[in-house]
Amino acid sequence: MSDATLGTSSTVREKQGKERQGRSALRHLSLPAGARCASPILLFMALGFLAPLLTVIGFAFAEPRSFAVFESFTLRNFAEIFNPADTVWMSFAWSLALALLTVAALLLICYPIAYGLVRVFGRWSSLVSIAFVFPLFISENVRLYGWTLFFINHGVLDGLLAGIGLSGPNVLFTPEITLFGMIYTYLPFMLFPMTLGLSMVPGDLIEAARDFGAGRLMIWREIELPLAMPGILIGALLTFVLAAGAVAEAKILGGQSVIMISHDIENAFTYSQNWPRGAALAVLLMIVIGGLSMAVMARLDLDRILGRR
Amino acid sequence: MDRSRPRRSHLMIWIWTIFVAVAIYLPVACGALAGLSKGRYFLFPIRAYSFEWWQKTLDSLEIQRIVQTSILIALIVTVVSLVLGFFGALAFARFDWRGRRLYQKLLLLPIFFPQPVLGLALLLWFNTLGIQPSWHTAIVAHLVWIVPVVTLVIAIQVYGFDPAMEEAAADLGAGRWMILRDVTLPILWPGIWSGALFAFLLSWGNFPLSLYTAGADSTIPKWLYSKMVAGYTPMVPALGTMSTLAAATLLLAGGAIAGFVKARRAR
Repeated sequence: MSDATLGTSSTVREKQGKERQGRSALRHLSLPAGARCASPILLFMALGFLAPLLTVIGFAFAEPRSFAVFESFTLRNFAEIFNPADTVWMSFAWSLALALLTVAALLLICYPIAYGLVRVFGRWSSLVSIAFVFPLFISENVRLYGWTLFFINHGVLDGLLAGIGLSGPNVLFTPEITLFGMIYTYLPFMLFPMTLGLSMVPGDLIEAARDFGAGRLMIWREIELPLAMPGILIGALLTFVLAAGAVAEAKILGGQSVIMISHDIENAFTYSQNWPRGAALAVLLMIVIGGLSMAVMARLDLDRILGRR
Repeated sequence: MDRSRPRRSHLMIWIWTIFVAVAIYLPVACGALAGLSKGRYFLFPIRAYSFEWWQKTLDSLEIQRIVQTSILIALIVTVVSLVLGFFGALAFARFDWRGRRLYQKLLLLPIFFPQPVLGLALLLWFNTLGIQPSWHTAIVAHLVWIVPVVTLVIAIQVYGFDPAMEEAAADLGAGRWMILRDVTLPILWPGIWSGALFAFLLSWGNFPLSLYTAGADSTIPKWLYSKMVAGYTPMVPALGTMSTLAAATLLLAGGAIAGFVKARRAR
């Protein structure tokens, strides 16, 4: 197992070296085969991902309340946002704070499950995995709405407690329930990268450490955690980024007791028809998200994480 | 070594996992109950169960059209993302080329991006191009984040694939097309199949991208949301439950077909 883990990247390179010599038939075009295979997807992403982001950036520097993209240049949208009289900083603060709390809670909630999937559940692992993947295929508003039905007055919880003479707690439409909804929605995005990370820890390495008398805490701190870190980092990054842009939880469960930053962006684009302001907000959010993503991803070797066999 | 301690902690892990799994499905169950209750408003405990709202949902012409749109979007997304994702995965994991490391990371960016913001950015882009948002533009939006997912799913299969197989076929005189059809595709088939299931189901259940990019057209999640915000009817949980059951059925059928093919090949 440890051999396989450590040896993967070198075998990949070896295989690919062989192939470079062997497949001259494929090289009659000037681009290497890999680049040719990547070009359709890159072209699509340039049009479907890069171009929209550039448009947003263009709008962020357009005159406020105008549609004059790429025609005018001004920093007034950003000046408005950073003006202390503008309360939009609160949405940023709420979104980032709730995203941080979501990540922290999910690290604790998912670790035992990920550990179980790798070391404890054995042949039940795939069934448990499917149980946790499947919610991704139900749209989040349906699942969040289910919680509304659970917590609402005369809902499931209230109705059950009424049977023993109590009444349900009034938790709906609070910041806390928004956080709860975010933890609920993004759980799979933490669980699976974390599981991938923990499965990178060779079992016999732990056995060996135990035989040499290492305690559980020491094994966890010195072996398990460092080796699983790439997966844990991906999970934390993914949940943070998605949660920072979340909006459905605050709308459906939170009853807008908290205004998230994506909600402000949406409002600027829709009701108030101030696209440059919405774009400027989106750019600020993208700077936070993009900066974090780049910083974390620069440190990852995806071949090692995904390519273990 | 004390053996009872690991066993006790394993039990705790089982209990915790089951507890979380129950919590995950609890709201889904609440929705199913609400869709089956007879009255116009949801009250628990439910006094009378009936399929009344299911029937009304099935009979609604509006909902039939929305379901058709959802299926059509998901089918087109599946086909396109498989084609792009197949070649994308070869570039991701099979070939060694100069820009590969960068490509791998760039490809992940749409996954590491909040979907409401992505949807709004696409809306802005379509407007700038002068394209009226409709279910056609929703397909593009779905593809932007589903193509990278499908590429990753197939890439994981590609990592376990030995290029020597293709070389052997080439040495024996097989053409490029024949190698693709008789060697590469059959070996990568499990990854492609799971990629297809992921693509269809993720598109089927997608809410934020459809909300902003489908224009006047509606998908199931978008329609449900519009009713949740204004004007609850028990058709909301009823349709939500049906949509969930459809996804579960598809997943089970997909898994069964994969298992069947694998067993037949092993013989």
